[in-house]
Amino acid sequence: MNETANKDLLIENGRLVDPSQDLDRSARLLVIDGCVAAIDPADADIPTACDRLDASGKIVAPGLVDLGAELREPGNEEDETIESGSHAALAGGYTSVLCCSSTRPCIDSPGGVEFVRQKATKARGARIHVIGCLSKGREGEQMAELGLLADAGAVAFSDAPKSMPNDALLKRALEYCRMFDLPIIDRPEVPELAENGMMHDGRISLVLGLKGLPTEAEDLAVARDVRLAEATSGRLHVGPVSTMGAVDMIRRVKSRGIDVTASVCPHNLCLSDVELRSFDSKYKVHPPLRSEKHVETLQKAVADGTIDAIQSGHMPRSREKKMDDLDLSPFGGAALETTLATTITYMIDKQLLDWSAAVDRLSTAPAKIAGIAGGSLRPGSAADIVIIDPNQNWTVNGMQFRSHCISSPLDGHSLRGRATHTIVGGEIRYRLRPELQHIA
Amino acid sequence: MSNAVQPDLTFPKNWHRRHLLDLESLSAEEISTILDVAQQLKEMTQGCRNKISLLAGKTCANLFFENSTRTRNSFSLAAKRLGADTVEFSSAGSSVAKGETFIDTAKTIEAMGVEWVVTRHGTPGTPHLLSRELDCCVLNAGDGPHGHPTQGLLDILTIRQHRGDIKGLTVALVGDIAHSRTARSNIWGLSKLGAHVIICGPPTLVSPRWTELGFEVAHHLDDILPRCDVLNLLRIQFERQRARLFPSVHEYAALYAMNGARMRKSKDDILIMAPGPINRGVEITPEVADGPHSVILEQVNNGIAVRMAALWLLSGANERAKANAKSSPAD
Repeated sequence: MNETANKDLLIENGRLVDPSQDLDRSARLLVIDGCVAAIDPADADIPTACDRLDASGKIVAPGLVDLGAELREPGNEEDETIESGSHAALAGGYTSVLCCSSTRPCIDSPGGVEFVRQKATKARGARIHVIGCLSKGREGEQMAELGLLADAGAVAFSDAPKSMPNDALLKRALEYCRMFDLPIIDRPEVPELAENGMMHDGRISLVLGLKGLPTEAEDLAVARDVRLAEATSGRLHVGPVSTMGAVDMIRRVKSRGIDVTASVCPHNLCLSDVELRSFDSKYKVHPPLRSEKHVETLQKAVADGTIDAIQSGHMPRSREKKMDDLDLSPFGGAALETTLATTITYMIDKQLLDWSAAVDRLSTAPAKIAGIAGGSLRPGSAADIVIIDPNQNWTVNGMQFRSHCISSPLDGHSLRGRATHTIVGGEIRYRLRPELQHIA
Repeated sequence: MSNAVQPDLTFPKNWHRRHLLDLESLSAEEISTILDVAQQLKEMTQGCRNKISLLAGKTCANLFFENSTRTRNSFSLAAKRLGADTVEFSSAGSSVAKGETFIDTAKTIEAMGVEWVVTRHGTPGTPHLLSRELDCCVLNAGDGPHGHPTQGLLDILTIRQHRGDIKGLTVALVGDIAHSRTARSNIWGLSKLGAHVIICGPPTLVSPRWTELGFEVAHHLDDILPRCDVLNLLRIQFERQRARLFPSVHEYAALYAMNGARMRKSKDDILIMAPGPINRGVEITPEVADGPHSVILEQVNNGIAVRMAALWLLSGANERAKANAKSSPAD
């Protein structure tokens, strides 16, 4: 697929959904030189050599922004590479992805940041923003050189998917980071309570004889997080969360005006621990699939905005690793290519979110939380755009993913909606292949 | 088709399963079928002592990823009593230790032309995974704390031999339920056949969630003894991790050991069972283990009977399935 050098583009006949401008209507979008030039431009303003894209029947929205995907390179290229991950992101409608620092070596030095940035630029996939380690070596003992990482281009700090067990360290880091005005992201889990849990601790884990991850393991960490955010006035993002307890605490803390944001993974919005009865490792994901009441609470929390963003939770692992017995099989699966459709199928179709709110949770809010450009089609913004066909009905098949990882808890499920074009800086970097299209 | 060498053993019409993975998924009727066949085979082999050639020419592979002497030998003897050959694989010092995945190990064994793979593994769901990957019959000999279907079946067979119908009996499972595959298999098998199951042990080993599933939970053994027709005393395991769940062996024995004093509080015809190996002095005292109410050794013999039944039934279903696949629609 040859990328056209021509960055002027007119997207016509689509339904423009941009919560940053309170827009949800039929409109034309003009892109000039890689930036959004105008919405509903006058004909005279449209350059003659402009490419045209017919978005009839489709949604035109700011490209999706992900708050934390594992790209596994350097060190675990068998699971994913920056290239495969950034292209998987495009296929899922993402134009920006924050990548986790959990590589080998981990990203706790400017050199690490630079490596990822260079690889990402070469890959010409979604934009990759680097999350730097919060602690040196991700060991959870000492702060990493956060200032130097910030200088090198890190946009946030986190040891995710590892949790931050050292309360004092988290507090100090929150204080310290105020001078850089960059967010700290914590994936909340108390390691001692999580122990060797493989799935949600509940009735199903009891029957199956599998070690459970109790909700307390997450709730206690969330309680710690919000309290420290309040005490330090630091910028903290808690996520992904998966429990009723987490939602409750976040709601209360927000109502007191404290600046904490939260996110959730799509698998926690649609699947429950019942799936583990098959013992299939594709359901061994993190956060774990919890029981139905947690799923319902999370859905409502996303609907009412208590949970600000939906993040993919992309945690790719090679086929060989996932084929092992459930205990040895690592947590994780591919998610970048299914998050959009899962949100459409389980949140929009269930009338929990309208399109505007959905785009907010997937694009505008995460961009704001991360403090990066994106999530908006305001004239002057970079033309990072996703064109979505809401009428694509498709069955998830891991073998067709652009990600190296074929395991997904949504594998075999029917979903509605799919990105047909993903545009980065005015360049169409992804088109849905015709043979994969299934119009209802 | 006829799998019967002995004329008075007909293959049950209602049996279609090629794998025995757990008792949860079996119907009461299927469980009764296995027990009936086990009883018949026990008699045909004079108490599992003599050989008949029901499964001659077939090979049973034991694929054990966890140490086991009695279960492994029990399956082995069951196969041999019916005339089959056996072959042993264990994970120590084998290709698994060299890094081969367990699925590859199982497929290699299948490629050697075995009819059944009997597998024991520390992680729940492993036999289920194998049953999806292999064409031969898979038998679960224990998958972590999840299930041990043949153990559940031999326990129920033993009760049936003494009491006839399972329905209406009160059976208490005592001990480390949280980690016990024997407990789980018994819970499902017994409840499907209409027994009243009581789950008894300290709260750290017996979750209150069992009541949400409709089972009676008791923490004091003395309180339930007068009502019990059967006690199944699970072995307490003392690995470091488990040890954090109760303070000491000494305390456990004081609260839960079946001893002479507790026998006097029990029904006159109570059956005392244990999956073995037993820790004399911990779950059970010698006077009870060797006493007139104990059926522990009968359980062992019934284990061979139940495993013979399982091997024969699964193999028969496998053959039937293959024959149906080949036969023309006109048949």
